[in-house]
Amino acid sequence: MLNRDEDILKAAETWTKSGHGVAIATVVETWGSAPRPAGSSLVINDDGTFLGSVSGGCVEGAVVTEALDVIASGKPKMLEFGVADETAWNVGLSCGGTIRVFVEKVGNS
Amino acid sequence: MKQNTLAELNAERAARRAVIVVTDVVTGDQRLIKAASIANDPLHEELDRHLRMGKSGMIESDGKKLFLNVYAPTARLVIIGAVHISQALAPLAQSLDYDVYVIDPRTAFASPERFPDVPLFADWPDVALPPLNIDRYTAFVALTHDPKIDDPALLHALERDCFYIGALGSRKTHAKRVDRLKAQGASDDSLARIHAPIGLNIGAVSPSEIAVAIMAEITARLRLPADAPLKTKSAA
Repeated sequence: MLNRDEDILKAAETWTKSGHGVAIATVVETWGSAPRPAGSSLVINDDGTFLGSVSGGCVEGAVVTEALDVIASGKPKMLEFGVADETAWNVGLSCGGTIRVFVEKVGNS
Repeated sequence: MKQNTLAELNAERAARRAVIVVTDVVTGDQRLIKAASIANDPLHEELDRHLRMGKSGMIESDGKKLFLNVYAPTARLVIIGAVHISQALAPLAQSLDYDVYVIDPRTAFASPERFPDVPLFADWPDVALPPLNIDRYTAFVALTHDPKIDDPALLHALERDCFYIGALGSRKTHAKRVDRLKAQGASDDSLARIHAPIGLNIGAVSPSEIAVAIMAEITARLRLPADAPLKTKSAA
């Protein structure tokens, strides 16, 4: 409850209506001290503009890159981010938690 | 997400109606469930629990991994009476993320000095309330002790089906209030929805403690199933 993300999804709708490819990335699971709870979302359009937050800044860059792929392919993707660790993840969460982020395209079908 | 699902989601949220989007995270299949349809849904137990807690999360159903994304309107608290308890209650509710409004026609009470950072309406409830469009996601408390102000406000809150309605006053005061409201056409069932004496019984004495007792009771009504019994009431 007490969700203040209204404007983000409104922006996604506006972008879609004006012909942009748009993706929505949503935190679906968290473990440990994750910065943003399940349900937090980030919307991305095909020129790389994004609004919202899934991690408070740690992994947004990587999510945007993946979202551009999803916009191009139309296929949803599940991303997982954990503690920053060069061997396991390119980007990570400095807080030590793990999050799973579902990325989907906004489309007609 | 389909374009029309997104549009429908935004429309429901703009109208302050709760919505849950269920996504199969493997296939991407998705459906939008309006609050009014939850009772008839095969997932109704899970949907109801997640909505009450305002919590999004993963569930497993029939071997499918489903993400329930809960979009509930921001809860509001309407306080009738710019009194001492209200001065403690308003900031407490704001810290719990409620949108808070204070209404009192007595301008000496409803002064910005006494209520910094709170939307304040120095009007009678019949003028101030209708434009607020209070609803199911509103908690409502009447704290003036003055029937001229509290009574019409309570009738409005009952009509709008606020999830919590509380009124200050002892059992005796409340019995008289019930008689007055009944004379104005309120039904026994609706009057039974008014929490009075107001607040959980935590032995509250000071205005701040009474504010805590009230917010505790409001939280219980927001989060617990509708038929869950609350502990005995205080005599505030």
